[in-house]
Amino acid sequence: MDSTTRGRFLDGTIDSRARLMVLLAVALLAVTYVLPLWNLTMFAPQYPDGLRLDIYSHTLEGGNNGQDVKEINVLNHYIGMHDLVNESFVEFQWMPFVIGALGLLMLRAVVHGSVAALLDVVMIFIYFGAFSTWSFGYKLYRYGHDLAPDAAIKVAPFMPPMFGYRQIANFEVYSYPRAGTYAMVAAILLLVAALGWTWVRARRALPAADAR
Amino acid sequence: MDRHPQHAWSRVLVIAAAAAVATQCTPSRPESQRSGGAVQSDLAVAAQKTYVAPGDLDEYYMFSSGGHSGQVYVYGLPSMRHLSTIPVFTPYPATGYGFDDDSKKMLGELTWGDAHHPALSETKGDYDGRWLFINEMNGRIARIDLRDFKTKQILGPVPNLHGNHASSFVTPNSEYAMMASRFSRPVPQRPVGVDKYATEYKGIIAGVKIEPTSGEMSLAWQILMPPFDYDLGDAGKLASDGWMFFTSYNTERATGKLEVSSAQKDRDYIAAVDWKAAERAIAEGKFDTIDGVKVIDPKKVPGIVYLLPCGKSPHGVDVAPNGNWIIGSGKLQGVTTVFNFEKIQTAIRNKDFTGEEDGIPVLKYESIKDAEVPVGLGPLHTQFGTDNWAYTSLFVDSAIAKWKLGTWEVVDKAPMSYSIGHLSAAEGDTVSPDGNYLVGLNKLSHGRHLSVGPSQPESSQLVDITEEKMKLIYDAFTEPEPHYAQIIKADKVKPIEVYPKEENKHPMAVWDVAQAGVTRNGKNVLVKMVAVRSTLTPTDFEVQAGDQVTVAITNIEQTTDELHGFGLLDYNINVVIDPGETKTVTFTAKKSGVFAYYCTNFCSALHQEMQGYMVVK
Repeated sequence: MDSTTRGRFLDGTIDSRARLMVLLAVALLAVTYVLPLWNLTMFAPQYPDGLRLDIYSHTLEGGNNGQDVKEINVLNHYIGMHDLVNESFVEFQWMPFVIGALGLLMLRAVVHGSVAALLDVVMIFIYFGAFSTWSFGYKLYRYGHDLAPDAAIKVAPFMPPMFGYRQIANFEVYSYPRAGTYAMVAAILLLVAALGWTWVRARRALPAADAR
Repeated sequence: MDRHPQHAWSRVLVIAAAAAVATQCTPSRPESQRSGGAVQSDLAVAAQKTYVAPGDLDEYYMFSSGGHSGQVYVYGLPSMRHLSTIPVFTPYPATGYGFDDDSKKMLGELTWGDAHHPALSETKGDYDGRWLFINEMNGRIARIDLRDFKTKQILGPVPNLHGNHASSFVTPNSEYAMMASRFSRPVPQRPVGVDKYATEYKGIIAGVKIEPTSGEMSLAWQILMPPFDYDLGDAGKLASDGWMFFTSYNTERATGKLEVSSAQKDRDYIAAVDWKAAERAIAEGKFDTIDGVKVIDPKKVPGIVYLLPCGKSPHGVDVAPNGNWIIGSGKLQGVTTVFNFEKIQTAIRNKDFTGEEDGIPVLKYESIKDAEVPVGLGPLHTQFGTDNWAYTSLFVDSAIAKWKLGTWEVVDKAPMSYSIGHLSAAEGDTVSPDGNYLVGLNKLSHGRHLSVGPSQPESSQLVDITEEKMKLIYDAFTEPEPHYAQIIKADKVKPIEVYPKEENKHPMAVWDVAQAGVTRNGKNVLVKMVAVRSTLTPTDFEVQAGDQVTVAITNIEQTTDELHGFGLLDYNINVVIDPGETKTVTFTAKKSGVFAYYCTNFCSALHQEMQGYMVVK
């Protein structure tokens, strides 16, 4: 494929099926406002039912009507960890807007119907996903490493698990993505699928000789 | 895809829907914590080991402190049945304790106490089944006679010493019970601001002499200590006989928010006290008298107290059965530290010191330590079994670690439900532990029982330690709040069941109904009353309003379990008199009118007829 073909592809349009896929991706993105993105659950002998923490794009929510976050903070203060409170997550302030902007960009691709617009939003979305994942990991790292020097119980700085299980002191900590993240991944996949579908359609439309 | 586009779509939707459902699940309770987070045990074996058939007797007594209930609870092991409650620092209408003249006088003005560490009397380092001592935070210590399971003496509140937590550890031949202050304050007591805490406030360690035949306690001496918080203790035995060990925290001498400020140093101290040297110093007159007490100042009298550095905010200190190992558990770390008594003696001889605190030498940690045993998080207390086995409670891990003295190898861990504090093994703090049962005295029960509302009972769990692996065999729930407990072989305790008539020397006792009656001396009225099935004689008496009335009731029964009560309505009086016992109750007849009295402790077929009237004119 030469540069002309590539240029032609980017200048092309997406058909109704691809638009429908993008619209579906917008819908999936919309539900991430109400679905948790990630969950941390920690078990200890004293907490057989576990302490649960759900992370949304805009807030933290503890299990047991919010009591679990308070309990986690009470325990964490012994080892000098910062309180887990919404105020210390700057992400909660920009994330909902970025998600909204992504949705608008997707709608723009639907209305515009150009491959270029679709490709833009795919790239931005992937970048957003990667940045958010890094930011989440960095946040966990800071929480496990910025321990108050005068804490009653001195523990070695630690990295809480991002994905999977880790034993931290007397707690078994499990960390897994939840529905919101899966919806986001599904939205990206749908966008990529729309792009792929458009690509396949564009290739078919080319004369057979050109394609070879 | 081209041929069946609808299939592709439905595939996408099905995957999305499946993902949405799957991701709503969050981790559930891990396998290790199913069955309520407790040690797995073979139910049939557990049932057989703990089942004591109707009419059969338990193997052991467990005397458990009642914490701020101010009482001692008596359990039978292995059934874990609650057998009785011994009121010590709190009135207890069920036995009339705190209502009759003698027990009321013993309680004084205080109607509560925070009872912590029961200690059985010992002979040659073994329980002898004579007395049980128990301390209380308001500077008091009590003696319970195990002949009748009754509180016989409450000593204190003693001067100078505030917050008697590190108590009542008895020496191997019951020479002394000990007291030590959790709260320092100015000595002698006077108002000094907390800003002068580090210099003006003092801790106190006190030796309470026990009279060898009667058990009568008296305050023998005190030692002026730096203002640390003295927490727990244990008496040396065999190799270390003559010494006492007390843990201390807040050696930072901080005030205010102690949960942070007292946890800054990596090591606090165990105070090792040569109590025989203290005795000698007293005999030689090397003391000051403060508030009527002989107080030794270690700055002026060296050679009595040494400080052993122990990490970190140590809670329990426990002397191994051979007396040579002293185990200090830093509650904010993951190891328990074993000190060697011989090495301590060598370090003292060689003056192997790293500093001093208010004139008290601090021994060099490296020179006196035998091992740091990685038992787990939040070690608190250690008890002992046979064959050099040691058992350490782990608060943070909520578990018991089993490890070996000498090899320092941790071989097993048993989860406890939940947050274990003290633990008590069968004769587990003597020179010859029995090694068959262990009870975890847990702080939280977290609903392992039928719900009784927010005020939940504590949990005491029975663990079988006869095999390699510890096995949880029974959950019992106790009233607040067991701290330490003592478990003694049942045949060492020989209680009476009635008070023999010939032993009753009470001056107001009457054994014959004909001698019962009322005598008056001015405004003082004495009612000598006889209680026997099913009459309280006299069946009525008259007094004048304002009279000082003493009712002396003798239960002339000599039959087991024939208790009688004397409840006087509207006068807040309820006395229970055991067979052969005489009790008096004195009150001012303030209210005039007619007041019924009756037997409150069900006694017989005609119990309901056992009643009378007091007429106040």
